[in-house]
Amino acid sequence: MKGLHKFLVEKVKPNFTEGGKLSKFYTLYDALETFAFVPPHVTHNGTHIKDGIDLKRTMFMVILAMIPALLFGIWNAGHQHFLALGEIARTDDWTMLFGDKVLYGLSKVLPLIIVSYVAGLAVEIFIASIKKHSVQEGFLVSGMLIPLIMPLDVPLWMVAAATMFAVIIGKEVFGGTGMNILNVALTARAFLFFAYPTKMSGEVWISGDKSEFVDGVTGATALGELATTVGSAATEAGDRAVQTLFASDGIYSLWNCALGVIPGSVGETSSIAILIGALILIFTGIGSFRIIASFFVGGLVMATIFNLFGANAYMQMPPLHQLVMGGFMFGMVFMATDPVTAAQTATGKIIYGFLGGLLSILIRVVNPAYPEGVMMAILFMNVMAPLIDHYVIQSNIRRRTKRAKLQVA
Amino acid sequence: MSSTYKIKKGVNIGLVGESAKELGAAGSSEVYAVRPQDFHGLIPKMLVKEGAEVKAGTPLFYDKSNERIKFSSPVSGEVVEVLRGEKRRILAVKVLADKQNSFEEFGPINLSAAKRDTLIDSILNAGLWPLIKQRPFDVIANPADHPKAIFISGFDSSPLAPDSDFVIKGKEDLFQAGIDGLNVIADGKPVHLNLRKGSSALKGMKNAQISEFSGPHPAGNVGVQIHQISPLNKGESIWTVAAQDVINLGRFFKTGKHELKKTIALTGSEVNSPKYFEITPGVMVKAITKGNVKEGNIRIISGNVLTGSTSSEDDFLGYYDTQITVIPEGNEPKFLLTKGWLGPGLDKFSISHAFPTWLLPKKKYKLDTNPNGELRAYVVTGQYEKVFPFDIYPVQLVKSILVNDIEQMENLGIYEVAPEDFALCEYACTSKIQVQQIVREGLDNLLAEFK
Repeated sequence: MKGLHKFLVEKVKPNFTEGGKLSKFYTLYDALETFAFVPPHVTHNGTHIKDGIDLKRTMFMVILAMIPALLFGIWNAGHQHFLALGEIARTDDWTMLFGDKVLYGLSKVLPLIIVSYVAGLAVEIFIASIKKHSVQEGFLVSGMLIPLIMPLDVPLWMVAAATMFAVIIGKEVFGGTGMNILNVALTARAFLFFAYPTKMSGEVWISGDKSEFVDGVTGATALGELATTVGSAATEAGDRAVQTLFASDGIYSLWNCALGVIPGSVGETSSIAILIGALILIFTGIGSFRIIASFFVGGLVMATIFNLFGANAYMQMPPLHQLVMGGFMFGMVFMATDPVTAAQTATGKIIYGFLGGLLSILIRVVNPAYPEGVMMAILFMNVMAPLIDHYVIQSNIRRRTKRAKLQVA
Repeated sequence: MSSTYKIKKGVNIGLVGESAKELGAAGSSEVYAVRPQDFHGLIPKMLVKEGAEVKAGTPLFYDKSNERIKFSSPVSGEVVEVLRGEKRRILAVKVLADKQNSFEEFGPINLSAAKRDTLIDSILNAGLWPLIKQRPFDVIANPADHPKAIFISGFDSSPLAPDSDFVIKGKEDLFQAGIDGLNVIADGKPVHLNLRKGSSALKGMKNAQISEFSGPHPAGNVGVQIHQISPLNKGESIWTVAAQDVINLGRFFKTGKHELKKTIALTGSEVNSPKYFEITPGVMVKAITKGNVKEGNIRIISGNVLTGSTSSEDDFLGYYDTQITVIPEGNEPKFLLTKGWLGPGLDKFSISHAFPTWLLPKKKYKLDTNPNGELRAYVVTGQYEKVFPFDIYPVQLVKSILVNDIEQMENLGIYEVAPEDFALCEYACTSKIQVQQIVREGLDNLLAEFK
């Protein structure tokens, strides 16, 4: 491998450096070289040794944590598709048409991943070469998050447009990785949600041609069904019909929701797969346990409060059932924990997570026009995070001033 | 009654190459040097010319901003070179040692009758004042100040640091004399002596408030101890003296001679047989390392791996340094899957849990000088806080320094910290940010405001 590095540095690199034929692409070369080899630099001043961890490994750990949700999402894409076509029944063994399900899922999910990475990295590298700095690794994670929160049949050009919008407006205008205020992946989703609502909400959550679906399959999510029970259009008969879906033998039973065999975005459906990811993040110390735990508690508290009122079928959902539906778990584990956009102080993280969880359920239940309350809640808390930190830090400053006064007195 | 403080935040970086508790025979060093760079912020004014004959204790130069602070030759002999760098900045004053090593006679001091001002004057005249440093700013103390306390850290917790019990053993009476003298200087204010819980050598010291500290590095940093016992507020100052320099002061009080001695540890994975040496500060590194370090691509550090300075065999030991560490250089490319960022990382120590080695708390590592990554913006949060035992928000303080917001720096507690307190943060930083340098610049900016 030393030979390869020598070849790169001696034969390939000169083409890309100042004066070389391809000097415009130096940033790209540098990104690839440092990807393959940790550079032979040494420390100069300050600590002579440094921790083994770097941003690349940190980001890789997050991607690793997303793999269970991704794999399940691929299988579930095919599973939902063939269910809707009536080719399999819910009672069938999970191995039925396993290969077909995975192949179908791959055919839908892989293009999303490729488009997201290509579009996002193209923008990143372009901007990095204009600003003459190296490509920072932030997008490695965003590029995987974006496909996981998309509906399967969203047009690919929309994914590309949303990704570019998110990278430029959500991140680069603030100064790039580490400087953004809003979570990049959620910015992409919010962009699509408001720009192309017909592709992002309603009955778009099962892949395939709707005209071929068996009767009764709508392509809505569990949250979409529940939303019909809120507001003036709700009828008692409708409410009851929806409630049967969530009973222990319905398609949206607690177990089905937790397992994730329900329609939804690519990676959001399986709470169990997401929780495996959460364990990886917490075990490696890369995701904040404080945020994940307080977010969960926040959601639980709000769902319990609604449950006590029980004004409609939505509010009557048992709290835990409420939390395993929709994007709540995915947002809690992978979005709220983004260290750049979350609160940064230990106390701040707890407040941030708690309010995030609270708002997710509040928005979801009270305003059924936004079934994905978690997206709005996290974006809102992203904006509020600096304020939370400000007050946490102010209390530290007050403590110090008080101590100084005591000393004088 | 001594009180005990438990430091929870921090980490001991287990390195290969701890010194065996035996004293080696140092080689002869013909040339000794006093280097202005060892004293932060100092602008020296020469008092002697090349070729002058000096004794141990003869002033070589003084501090331009405070003429009372003099810097003396550690040995007797001839000033052979005043080494200058860019813009004629003085880099080192080298003294060729003679055989007999004669001393300037300042006369022993009767501590029980000594007055504060005259004692300070005699320390200044003997060129020993640089042994006393101050917080805030981590610079040589201003002799005109009246500090609210004097702090002595009785142990060093940094990686591979010398064992204080071994180093101090047999010099307890000199240490006691040092404490007695510092009490005169403290003028009724407390002298704090902080010991590692369970250590024995200094337990019997009198006239000092003894506290015990347990926990990982940086428990031995005097800044951490001050923060626990008597935190600094704006406008206050605290003086600090290193444990071995208390002995040096004590020796001066007893003998009236400028006779500096230190027991330093030669440590690190690239040392053949790590052990202790008794030396005089300013000694050539070669005198300690010669024949005892491994061949090849190595880095010699004057000090520890976190706060020391890069050195070489022909260089001189730093004035305040109590150890030399030799580790491998890391200037080899590391392929991503084997030794790089995607590798198993069984040879890497990380404060994060992203490498499996965190499950082996007792493992000793042979770490090199590769930063293991490139400079990035702040992304990961909560990392500094794990190794920073202060009631201070470290990242926020660093950011306020970066934007030079003086009011915010003061609010966030910059007076309480020194660069060394951030050394572990710098080690742990995923984004490889040079935190110690940033903190030093912040302190310098603040110091400039006062002048």
